[in-house]
Amino acid sequence: MAMHSERTDTGTDRRGFFKKLLAAALGAIAAAVPLAAGFMVATDPLRRKSAGLAQVKVTTLDALPADGVPRRFPVIAAKTDAWNRFADAPVGAVYLRRTADGKVAALNVVCPHAGCFVDFVPGTGTFLCPCHRSSFAVDGAIADPRSPSPRGLDSLAVDVKEDGSVWVAFENFEAGRPDKVPVA
Amino acid sequence: MKALLGWLEERTGAGRLAHEFLYANIPGGARWRYVWGGMLIFSIGLQFVTGVFLWLDYSPSAQTAWESVNYIQNEMSGGWLLRGLHHYNAQLLPVLLVLHLMQVVIGGAYKSPREVNFWVGLALLLLVLLTALTGYQLPWDQKGFWATKVAMNLAGVVPVLGPALQRIMIGGADYGHLTLTRFFAVHAGILPGTILLVLAAHAYLFRRHGFAGDASKRQPDGPFWPDQALRNAVVCLALVATLLFLIVRHRVFSTPGPLGAELGAPADPSQPYSAARPEWYFLFMFQFLKLFPGGHELWGAVVIPSLVALAIFLMPFTARMKRGHQFNVAFLCLLVAGAGTLAVAAKLSDAADPDYQAAVVQAQAEAARVKTLAHLEGIPAGGALTLLQHDPLTQGPKLFARNCASCHRYNGTDGLGRPVKDAQTASDLAGFGSREWLTGLLDPERISTTNYFGGTKFKDGKMAKFVKKTVAAYTPEQQEQLKQVIEGLSAEGHLISQQAVDQRDAERIKAGVGFLTDSLDCVKCHAFHDETGTTAPDLTGYGSREWLVKFLNNPGQDDFYGEINDRMPAFGEKGILSQEEIGMIADWLRGDWKQ
Repeated sequence: MAMHSERTDTGTDRRGFFKKLLAAALGAIAAAVPLAAGFMVATDPLRRKSAGLAQVKVTTLDALPADGVPRRFPVIAAKTDAWNRFADAPVGAVYLRRTADGKVAALNVVCPHAGCFVDFVPGTGTFLCPCHRSSFAVDGAIADPRSPSPRGLDSLAVDVKEDGSVWVAFENFEAGRPDKVPVA
Repeated sequence: MKALLGWLEERTGAGRLAHEFLYANIPGGARWRYVWGGMLIFSIGLQFVTGVFLWLDYSPSAQTAWESVNYIQNEMSGGWLLRGLHHYNAQLLPVLLVLHLMQVVIGGAYKSPREVNFWVGLALLLLVLLTALTGYQLPWDQKGFWATKVAMNLAGVVPVLGPALQRIMIGGADYGHLTLTRFFAVHAGILPGTILLVLAAHAYLFRRHGFAGDASKRQPDGPFWPDQALRNAVVCLALVATLLFLIVRHRVFSTPGPLGAELGAPADPSQPYSAARPEWYFLFMFQFLKLFPGGHELWGAVVIPSLVALAIFLMPFTARMKRGHQFNVAFLCLLVAGAGTLAVAAKLSDAADPDYQAAVVQAQAEAARVKTLAHLEGIPAGGALTLLQHDPLTQGPKLFARNCASCHRYNGTDGLGRPVKDAQTASDLAGFGSREWLTGLLDPERISTTNYFGGTKFKDGKMAKFVKKTVAAYTPEQQEQLKQVIEGLSAEGHLISQQAVDQRDAERIKAGVGFLTDSLDCVKCHAFHDETGTTAPDLTGYGSREWLVKFLNNPGQDDFYGEINDRMPAFGEKGILSQEEIGMIADWLRGDWKQ
């Protein structure tokens, strides 16, 4: 009898432990399903690629001042916003200028510090960010070492076609880091 | 009735609960300094109530967020009041919470055994600030858009999880629909839900420990109702009065500003907004970030704020050390003073910055304009931004500044009201084609000034010579004829500003057109309707939209200056400007836009 009762006690304990384990596990699975579904949708943007590089006609050569002063142009390109597709939406802006060697240089107007648009100040010949006062030389390099920006303005590839149209390979880069990494 | 209440009480216990709440014992009786809890709950409750009502009509998407907020604010009855309450209360709430925090720290109410409730309170402050931050961009106006963009870029600086978190919040690599749906879900769902739970925990722990400090022995205890409730009600009413004052203050003092909360122009990712600033209670962070040179922003944005937060979090333990409490009080006061100083510094540096001031003025003008357009013609499905993008009054000055102002002027400025560095080498086009403008052109004293031909190669050209010699020698009769020629030529443009006088002077205009072709013989050089002219620009429809568009497309056409054209580019034919842009410049110069 004694042995029998001992065995029963152990059995009850073990059964009780498994019951608790099972209850916790089943409960966790039940709770995990809706959470997992939500998590998948919430993190969907991480698995989506950005628009990336786009060859965009920005302007013509005639619109660029001959003296090499940068001029800002809006970049109008096709854009997808979640479920909408826009044939020509404003996607950003660039500064174009004629360089000494007769070519055209392009800079993305976005300040690499926190994403504001920089302004060109003709008086000083530099770009100034109106948000946290980063300043950049006309070629985009950091002008004032106290600037909060971790890198100079981002240059973009330019292609001047035979008809004088100026095309820019437009893309955005991650802000707040010293290296130039395209927003992917 | 009594039977019914008894029945309900038996089944729910609601009456006993209400009694317990209303007649809760207050040690030492009702006091003014006990109003904080009630006031904060009221302020948070006000956000819930106004927020839910705003929710009834708010639509989070890139093409409807601004549009629906504008509709609430400017079209729906009482919308300005509802939005004003929500907006200004969101500004007061952080102040009240920080004051409450100071009260708790200075009064020593954070010490054992109230550590956990202190932390719960800190969590509440953090949650409220996050709610304010996520709410700031929901109207999707320029200010909210750009300020939040900066905040999100700074979130991306956080190591490891930062970039992923940033992307999940934005809903992708670019700002758009999902940014709004997500910010809205966080602002109106996740955070308020969490705040409710945390608030319940705060209240529960408060009831468990009661009021801290000297439960006065002199005064007898008293129930909450009605003495304390009356004090709370007075303070809540004062809060609402403050909100109402903030909402109507610009009307009361006739200062420039909105009735209720401000709503800027719709967010435009291609239009910079130089006046982007965070809400004033985040200004200290904004100013703080300016102190960190490139590569060190992690310190300013993450490390130092985290250390400060940790120091506050550990206050209950610091207090156990010798002079720990005094240290905590001094630390918090220094922190508040430092934040205040930084915020004032940010305001001062903006006040001394003419570029910032100009950006604010321009932003306000655009905001007012888009509201007018939305009211006049309704918003197309593409969103309110398209209203501004196709509006001559908005785009004309910008296009002029970018393409024309290096030679021309508009009232002496670049069209946007800013001075121009380059020397003026072509005419001032404000009022182009009007009687006044033409009178100046045909004035021997003025034709060779920079406002007309002075900066061009026509300075001493045929026309200038004609005006300075022939016109200068006109008899009074010819001068009268010239006046009518000006009226006749000006009427060719059908300027809206001259509609009334053109109608009134129909006879003189007809006569003027006659003098133009015969006695004053302008058609010796100029073409005009049936006259073919020779070397000078065609005056048929001079100053009309059609004439200007054609001229801007190529001023070197045979109809205009032909081969003797000075430096003016063929904006249309060379593809420098689109036909729509040329049209908007023409409309703007002619003063032709929707009123």
